[in-house]
This record gives sequence, C-alpha cells and structure tokens, in this order.
Amino acid sequence: MTHPVSRRAIAMAAAAFLGSFAAAQAQETVFYSTQLRPIEEASKVRDVLLKGIPGKVTYIVDEPPAFAVRMKAETQAGKRTVDVVGALHGELQPHVPADLQPIDDLVAKVADRGIPANLMDLGKLGTGQQQYIPWMQATYVMVASKQALQYLPAGADVNTLTYEQLLQWAKNVADKTGQRRLGFPAGPTGLMSRFFQGYFYPSFTGGVVTTFKSADAEAGWNTMKELWAVSNPNSTNYNFMQEPLMAGEVWIAWDHIARVKEALTTQPDQFVAFPAPAGPKGRGYMPVIAGLAIPKDAPNRTGAVAVIEHMTKPETQLLTAAEVGFFPVVKADLPPNLPPGVKLLAGAVAATQGAKDALVSLLPVGLGAKGGEFNKVYTDAFQRIVLRNEPVKGVLESQAKTLEALMKDTNAPCWAPDKPSQGACPVQ
Amino acid sequence: MTATSSKAPLPDTSRTYTLPSARRFLLWTGMAALLAWVLVPIYFVALGAFGGRTGVFRWPKSIWPSDLSFAPMMQFLNIEGVFNALMNSFIAAGLTVVFSILLGAPAGYALARYSFRGQNAYRLLVLLTRAFPLAILALPLTVSFIRIGLYDTPFGVSLIHTVLALPFAALVTQSLFMGIPREYEEAAWVFGCTRLQAFVRIVLPLALPGLAATAIFAFVISWNEVFAASILTVRERTLTAYLLKILAESPLHYRFAGGFILIIPSVLFIFAVRRYLFAVWGIASK
Amino acid sequence: MTARTSWIPYALIAPSVLFLGALFIVPLVQTIWLSFSAGEGLSLVNYQRMAGDLNFGLAIRNTFLLTVVVVPLQVVLALAMATMVSKLEKGRDLVLWVLTIPLGVSDLAAGLAWLSLLQNTGYLNSALYALGLIPGPVGWLSQETPWALFFGIVLAEIWRATAIVLVILIAGLQLIPKEFSEAAEIFGASPWTRFRRITLPLLKPSLQSALILRTVLAFEVFAVVYALGGRNFPVLAGEAYTWQNENQNYGVAAAYAVLIMAISLAATAVYLRALRTRPEQLP
Repeated sequence: MTHPVSRRAIAMAAAAFLGSFAAAQAQETVFYSTQLRPIEEASKVRDVLLKGIPGKVTYIVDEPPAFAVRMKAETQAGKRTVDVVGALHGELQPHVPADLQPIDDLVAKVADRGIPANLMDLGKLGTGQQQYIPWMQATYVMVASKQALQYLPAGADVNTLTYEQLLQWAKNVADKTGQRRLGFPAGPTGLMSRFFQGYFYPSFTGGVVTTFKSADAEAGWNTMKELWAVSNPNSTNYNFMQEPLMAGEVWIAWDHIARVKEALTTQPDQFVAFPAPAGPKGRGYMPVIAGLAIPKDAPNRTGAVAVIEHMTKPETQLLTAAEVGFFPVVKADLPPNLPPGVKLLAGAVAATQGAKDALVSLLPVGLGAKGGEFNKVYTDAFQRIVLRNEPVKGVLESQAKTLEALMKDTNAPCWAPDKPSQGACPVQ
Repeated sequence: MTATSSKAPLPDTSRTYTLPSARRFLLWTGMAALLAWVLVPIYFVALGAFGGRTGVFRWPKSIWPSDLSFAPMMQFLNIEGVFNALMNSFIAAGLTVVFSILLGAPAGYALARYSFRGQNAYRLLVLLTRAFPLAILALPLTVSFIRIGLYDTPFGVSLIHTVLALPFAALVTQSLFMGIPREYEEAAWVFGCTRLQAFVRIVLPLALPGLAATAIFAFVISWNEVFAASILTVRERTLTAYLLKILAESPLHYRFAGGFILIIPSVLFIFAVRRYLFAVWGIASK
Repeated sequence: MTARTSWIPYALIAPSVLFLGALFIVPLVQTIWLSFSAGEGLSLVNYQRMAGDLNFGLAIRNTFLLTVVVVPLQVVLALAMATMVSKLEKGRDLVLWVLTIPLGVSDLAAGLAWLSLLQNTGYLNSALYALGLIPGPVGWLSQETPWALFFGIVLAEIWRATAIVLVILIAGLQLIPKEFSEAAEIFGASPWTRFRRITLPLLKPSLQSALILRTVLAFEVFAVVYALGGRNFPVLAGEAYTWQNENQNYGVAAAYAVLIMAISLAATAVYLRALRTRPEQLP
C-alpha cells in the first residue's frame, strides 16, 4: 500500500477535529517544507531521507506563498499545527520574530556536524539569536546545449566565460541559426531578481545596494540591453529553464540548479553545465541556503529537534545530494556514484566556488517581510530599462529612491559584497 | 427556443423540416465549426497527456497521435493521496451545491416576486461577493477558520465555495422565477392553494431544470476553485488544489496529464446532467 | 400584497444574509481596514503605492480592454450558438453537451489547453509551418508581440467562459412563450424583427444576469492571463496576487482588491440602469 501518509493524514485531521490534540502530538512530528516539493522528490524525503528518526514524521509541502499565509495565520490564531519548517533563507526571513522561535540550544547539538560558521551566522537572520539551522545548499549555474558549443567565440572557455563572451556567443547563435537562444527565467515565478542581486550587480559593480545607481551599474544595464536583444523574447514567460532547454527553444540558460536539473538528468549527454559569467568586478555568485526552523509554540518540539539533528547528519546530507541534488551544508565529500545529471551540476557548482575571480554575494539580510519589495526594485528596473526602453540614468535614480526608503525602513545593514555599514545600508 | 427556432423563412408550422438544403448545409458547417472550436483544444491537451516525455517538445507537431504512452497518466493516478483528494473534492462540491441552492434559491425567489425595503441593499451584498477577489480574503479567513476548527476540512472549503456560488445561485434563480409568470401562482391561490402549495406544485416543477443548471454551476465552481482550497487546507486538499501543487513543478507532459485529468470529470459531469439541460430545452419546444 | 406579506421576503433572504455576513462581510471589512492602514493609524499610503507602481496604468488599461472586447463577443457568440442549436433537427442533446463542456473546465486546464496551441512549438505554429507560412517556431505570447498575446488571451477567455452565458440565455429563452413569436410570424414579421422585437426584450432579465456575472468575473480575470502571458500582460487581479504573494505587501494587495470591487460595482450599476426590467415587460 502506498497510502500510509494519507491515511495518517485523515486520522490526524479527525483527531484535530475532535480536539484531541494531545494524542496526535505524542506520536507525530509535522515537517512542513517549501523545498523538495515535486512529487518524486517529496517521496524520496518520506521514504529515504527521513528514515531512521524515532517516531512518525509527516512530511508536507506547500508553495512559498501558501507557506507564508499559513505561518502568519497560525500565529494569529494562536494554534500551531507545524513542528518543524524547512524553507529558503529568504522565505524564513519574513517570519522573524513573529512566527519562529530562537533555537540557540540547537547550535550546540549540531556543533559536531562541521557546518561552516558563516553559514550558521546566516541562520541568525540578522538578529542576535539562531533562527534556523542550515539544511541544504544550492546555487545558480549556466546550462548550455551541446549544439551551442560550436558557436563559442574564439578563445572562450565556458568555465571562465565573461559577460562580453556570453554576449558574443549568443549573438553568434542568433546570427547563425536565426533564433535568439539565450534564456533567462524572467517569468512571474522565475528567479530573475536573484540574477540581478547575486550575479549581475556584483559582477559589474562589486556591490548590490551601495552601487545601485553607480556609473558601473549604468554600463552594466547597457550590456544587459544588448544581452536581451539576443535573448529569446519568451524569457519573460520562463519560470524554470529546464523546459525551454529540453524543447530546444533556448540553448544557453542561467537558472537555479533545481530548476535545470530535469533537463540534465533526463538528457545528460545533451547539455553542459558551467559557472555564471564574470564581469569587470569579478564572477558574482550567490549561494542559496535552505534552513530548518521551529515555529513558535510548536506542539512537538522534541520531534522537531530530532528531525533537525537527523537532517544535518553528514550521511543524510550526502544522501540528500545523491537523491535530490541539493548539496550538503556540512563538510563532506560527494560520493562518486552520483547520477550523471547531478554530477554535471556538482561540477559546475565546484567550478563556481573554486573560480579565481569568484565574488560571493550573500542573500539579503535583515529585510524581514520587505524581501519581496527588495526584489521588486531590481525587477522593476529591468522592466523599465530593458523591456520599456526608458533612459537608464533616470530609472536608476528613481528606483534608488525606493531602495533607499526600503533600507531606511528596515534599517538593514549592508551585506557582502557591499562593505559593512553602520546602520541602514546606504545607496551611493 | 421557440423564438429563434421559428426564424425559418416560411410561415409554416412544420418549421424545421422546411429548411432549404443550402441553409441546412450552412447550419451544419457553422455547427461543426463551433464543435471543433470547443473540442480541438481539449484534444490537444489529451495529445500532450499521452504523448510522453519527448512528445511535448517535438517540432513541428503532428495533429495525429504518435507513440502514445500511458506511462505519465498511470504514474499520475498512482500518486498517493489522489484518491483522498478526489473524495474531498466530491464532498466539498456536494456540500457547496446543497448550501448554495438552500441559501440562494429562496433569496432568488424573494428578489423575483416581492419588492421590499432593503432589496437593493441585498442585491448589492450578493454582487459584492463576486466583485471582490476572494483570494485576498484568504488571510483573515484562514485565521478565523483555524480558530473555530474548520481549517483543513472539506466542510470549511465548501463554506467558502458557497460564498462564491451563492451570487450565481441567487441571480440565476431570480431570473428563473421572474420568467415564470406570476399569474400561474396567483391562479393557484385563487383555487385555494396556500403560498407554499402553489410554489411546490406550480413554480417548482417549472423551475426544476433551471435549478439543476444552478446546481451544476455550484458544483463546477467548487470543483475548479484552487486558491481558497489550497490556502484553507494542508492535508485534506481538494483534487484541483492537490494537482495544482504537483503540477506547478512537474515536467510539461505531466502537466498535460494533470490538465486532462481535471477536464475529464467536468466533461462527464456535464454529460450526466445533460438530460436536465435537455429538459430545459424540452419545455421550450413542447 | 407587499403589506400583507412583508415578512416573507425577509425570511427568505435571512439565511443567506447571515451566511454572507459571517463568511464574507467580516473578512471583507478586515481587508478594507487593512488597505487603509499603514503602521499605526489610517492613511492612503497603500493606495499611493498602488497608483505609483509601474504596472498600475497598464493593468487598468488591459483589464478594461479585455472586458470590453471579451464580454460582448461572448454574448453575441452565445446568442448565435443558441440560435443554431435551436434549428437542429437531431443531435441537439449531444451538441448542447459539447458546447457546455468548457463550463466545467477550470481556468488552470483552459490555460494549459491554449498554451499547447499557442506556445512556440505549439500546434498553431506547427500548422502555419506545414502551410509554409512561417520558417520556424514564432513566439506569439511574448512581451514583443503584445497584440498577438492579447488576441490569444481573448480567444482563450472566449473559449473558457462563453458556455456560462449560453446556459443562462437558454434558461431564459426556454421560458419565453412561443405563442408570442408565432403570433408575430402570422402577422408577417421577419425573423430578424421577431428576434429584435420579441426575443431580445423578453430575454432582458437573463441578459442582465449574464452580463453582470461575466463583466464582474472579467474584472477578476487572472488565471488564464497568467498561464498564457505571465506578467507580460498585467491585469488588476494579477497585480493584487503579485503584491500579496511575491512582494508580501498585504496592504497594497488589499488596495487593489478594493479597487477591483469599486470598478465591478460601478459596472454593475451601469447594467442595472441600462437593462432595467419593468414588471410590465415580463411575460
């Protein structure tokens, strides 16, 4: 029978309905996640990754918007049903301090896992206390169809690509095949804002907030306009690049590793994966961290702690990499028997991290619930400059005002690659 | 449909049989075009659903099925929880039908037959529900649902779906009752029927097909509603909400399989109640 | 009659009023309150942000454009369908069934169906390619082809939501006594005259319902637009959704929702005035 979870779910709901919470609490830990949602991955979590935890763990998933609504609603109603949550750094941020409890006691418990200190610090979400324990990491890579490789400009190597070369490459492809085949995930749920914050701005300006309207930024946006001219016009519809890649609509794409994985695992012989390009200030890249946190008033805190301890064990972490393609937060060598698609991704991630000109750009810190509006500053700039062809300088001036107000409002200090600031991060 | 069916050129009582062949040809061509207009997109979804992983990316596509594969469809149906979600959908939709008829039809009758103070205020209230995007109400609703224990139950979902379906029920039944001549009822009163008897014996039989149509609306609204259903449930998802969650991040051929699965029940349901739709017709052409 | 039975209509509407009060008015008031609050105290900050947004003007224009184009086309098409079906000698049952299928198809599935037709490697392009009209896949749904995108959305909306108009009109048509039309026929009225002078006026209540429902729903259009065009074609409900879920600013989302409600109510008021049904016009 493949229905144990649903039957358990019925029992749980019935129990909840009758008000007999205590009985359910004793047996069950509810693990609520925005990650590993697709059905195949979720069953791997249930059947493989969560094995070995004492007691029952119910793994349920939700999309980030539903997650946010539910977390808030449960707090407002004063009735918590979730014990442990797994979500991206940016998704957990809006829930501090209202919906999450500080978990400083767990820091000691996972101390022997070897989670790097800078990752643990991210888990404080800009507060003085630990809010989440790092769970898995990922980043963004470029993927290209092997058909595109013949059009690489002379002397270019995909692993040390620059934006200039990328532009030339995409131009060559467009000229020779008559189709614009560079692609970006600029659709409604695409991660284009992360491209600007973690790749484009650091590479061109060496900063994200402070350099928002600098001369370097203007130059960068002009390059972006040129890139767009050789990009597939459907890019504003793409949310996941794996589909246009598999359809052959796009030959060269940038996206989150989880969003190109399908293309690489189904046709590992058709594609190559490599680091994002470098600009004048370096090769900007953004590590993505998912964390495990405990909501306020979680009914089964013991169970939650057990889940966090289990998921951060090195062997579980390696299993996670092999089964679902998210990489460990602990120091552990990847096993050699990875599926070929995951191996391609792992190679690209390693090349990114090991690149000489690598410039780490961290996820925004301290923005709280304003993370969405922070993203909007960058995507609005893109809309106006690139899609609506408004003058670069004017747009940057007016968007900078919004950005500045946002920073003052949240009093968020600068984060890498911007230089640390006293008080709110200034826009220069 | 008398009015339009009598548009035939000759003042002849056996109207439809006298259509000249050229006109009949035109009629059938038009009809075929309309049928194709409705069916062709569904056919393409089915092709996508059974075309397998590579089928959806083929270029140029053939309009004929090739290398059919039932694998994605089977895999889809085997996903755990689909059956549970299906049952939830039926419960929620069934309750929505009951609630919206019970609440909506009396209101529609009141609006059609009486003029009373506050009538326009009531009309406004009913319209407000449709005029406001329900999705935005999700947050306050979720909070109160958790408090009263309706959260994550098909019953709770059906309450919200009733809010959505009620204006349809009230407005459609209003125009339905307005269309049934008041004189019929008044005649029944004259013959000694009470108001209730007159309603049950005279009005209800005439209104029944229309009420059936209202029930279909309510069912379909509930069946297809995604947003409220996915916000207000976690484990007891309705089928549409459950599929949405899975579909959002599945490869394209799975999405077509899911879309196809969503279309099938509605096609069947409308087929099942087509007798009522035809009965609507029957009254007109009697 | 009104005086003698004055309690009856109130008793009839009371259950639905109580129901809507609890499940709609309460959260609605909470939402309106939210749209006017920022930090502490009342303010128009949310409305200012809404009106100052880069997509605001576009969303208003697009929503109105879509409504003005789609709703009349749907009514005309539904009337045409009803007329044609009425002339069928056999197979009405089946035809009617097929024509009402889209009634049961969710926004989600409808968007998917039209995406399979209109996407780059979709069936439309395949057909055009086979006819030698285009050299390869052509994008119809991108930012750079706004009119093709608009046309695609119009088609999908007409496909999805004409059936509901059809059913409401049929429900209305079947209640028109056929004697009226037959009498007119005997006096030599042409089919068009009979349609215009008899059917159409008698159909007014149904037309009113159909128009109000379709228009109000058209102002909330979102899922199909989103499926076909993403954010290339901003509409009001889509902006509300984006502000709520992506930007996580519930205040501005609430402001959009209140705006949609205001527009819908205004449109409804217009219909109620324009298509007023006087008792003496009823059959």
